[in-house]
Amino acid sequence: MNAALAILAVTFAVAVALGLAARRGHVMNLEQWSVGGRAFGTVFVFLLMAGEIYTTFTFLGGSGWAYGKGGPALYILCYGAIAYSWSYFLLPIIWRYAREKKLVSQADFFVAKYDSNALGVLVALVSVAALVPYLVLQLKGLGIIVSEASYGRVPSTAAVWAGAGALTLYVIVSGVRGSAWTAALKDVMILGVALVLGIYLPFHYYGGYGAMFEAIDRAKPGFLTLPASGMSPSWFISTVLLTATGFYMWPQFFAGAYTAKREDVFRKNAVILPLYQLVILFVFFVGFAAILQVPGLEGADGDLSLFRIAEQTFSPATVGVIGAAGLLTALVPGSMILLTGATILAQNVYRPMASVASDRGVTLLARSLVGVIALASVWLTLRGGEAIVPLLLMGYNMVTQLFPALFFSLPERPMVSTAAAAAGILAGEATVAYLSLSGASVATLLPWAPQVVKDLNVGIVALIVNFAVLGVVGAITRAPRAPALAPGQSPER
Amino acid sequence: MPESPAPAPDRTTTGTRLRRYHWLTAVPTIILLGGIPFVNRVHPMILGLPLLIAWILLWVVVISGVMGFVLYLDRAHARDGDGR
Repeated sequence: MNAALAILAVTFAVAVALGLAARRGHVMNLEQWSVGGRAFGTVFVFLLMAGEIYTTFTFLGGSGWAYGKGGPALYILCYGAIAYSWSYFLLPIIWRYAREKKLVSQADFFVAKYDSNALGVLVALVSVAALVPYLVLQLKGLGIIVSEASYGRVPSTAAVWAGAGALTLYVIVSGVRGSAWTAALKDVMILGVALVLGIYLPFHYYGGYGAMFEAIDRAKPGFLTLPASGMSPSWFISTVLLTATGFYMWPQFFAGAYTAKREDVFRKNAVILPLYQLVILFVFFVGFAAILQVPGLEGADGDLSLFRIAEQTFSPATVGVIGAAGLLTALVPGSMILLTGATILAQNVYRPMASVASDRGVTLLARSLVGVIALASVWLTLRGGEAIVPLLLMGYNMVTQLFPALFFSLPERPMVSTAAAAAGILAGEATVAYLSLSGASVATLLPWAPQVVKDLNVGIVALIVNFAVLGVVGAITRAPRAPALAPGQSPER
Repeated sequence: MPESPAPAPDRTTTGTRLRRYHWLTAVPTIILLGGIPFVNRVHPMILGLPLLIAWILLWVVVISGVMGFVLYLDRAHARDGDGR
């Protein structure tokens, strides 16, 4: 038991030390703090972009989905690969513009393209509303991981406070460099843990993959495929396309792209990242192996399957290593979310509203806001119950609504008016809110439709409403004709 | 705010220009997703994996391969000097 605790504590200390040391040799102005002075090479950008794959959601939820849902979990393997292949074309365009205009946040991109601070505020509010549940989920996962891996010695509440405290500290000090440095440690550990567990457990308990899957197929016929209705192939395909569309709309990955030194970095990453994310398959193997070995975890408890089978199989020291890897899957994405949320609020909400805002003032405010957002998230983590998972799903749908306005702004000048972009986003968000709160699905909206249509992911409805409203408003208003801002002039500065 | 380092000349790639072969990158995605209803089964297993998993694995690897091939073509064009 003590071995596990020691390993957790050491990893935690190393991560914080790395996060703090990342600052060395850099004067932390806003550009340096938020986007690393746009000086990251392939490896750091790779680590930031790979951040999405190994959050606590994939570590616990990936094995949990494989354990509880089976076949449908495989959608997680597809959307990342597809989004990465799209990034080959998308990210260089975004990066080039961001560099020219010296943008530091995703909302900045909309401000500059559409020449509208108001649109920036709208995008900023959407971003923060989506980011906070995401951070809460990371903190919740961190609490679960640490309490499991320490065999209950460290209560989840203490872990959440310690994790949030550490994040606040190194994000304030080092900004995105702190995320990048800790991401390096995280990826090495998680890669090792996922591969070892995903290979060892199926062979240890079943003698191999074929035998494991045959055993599962015998015990639970149909579990390893998609059901004929519900999470059917039509659900699968629509969900993959929708999540791939929303992937780079997350403000932390969008702005993560700003950190690159050269645009070629993205193209190389588009080749490597689809392969790299296949490691999630090994996390699934752990969940599959657990089905017949630690049966009986119902519902959300399925997320504990990875730890339960590990505790049953390995020594406390090994469980400690697994927990340490899991701890890092919470810290790294958590730090990017904190950084991004604070940057957006200071840069895109405070700056346009303040009559005089110096870069210094905005940087100072952004760094103070890190603590505020962290505190709010800890509060939500400790107070909020299960309600947070629907909020996260809503968050994914919310950021996806930024896609149409972004897409039409990609040419040199936006193809639609600012009013159209804003109307589309507002209509899309309103639809997302309505669908989430009412719990509607395509089946309840269109009860007469064939099953193939009924099973479509309901998020598609919001995206269609968004495109439609954008199209209608776009047809009656005019796109900005002149270039949004003179070249070299940064937004609202 | 200090300037970022001057833009390094980026001669390794072809800028934003879309070329006909860029459509290649959509092919594995379409086959991967379009094939799902037809491979939604456990048997025959391939390398010990249920058919559905093996199918996804195969096409994700192909996505990576095609992206690599397109990157290679883009770089070749950039070297030939007709890229910009």
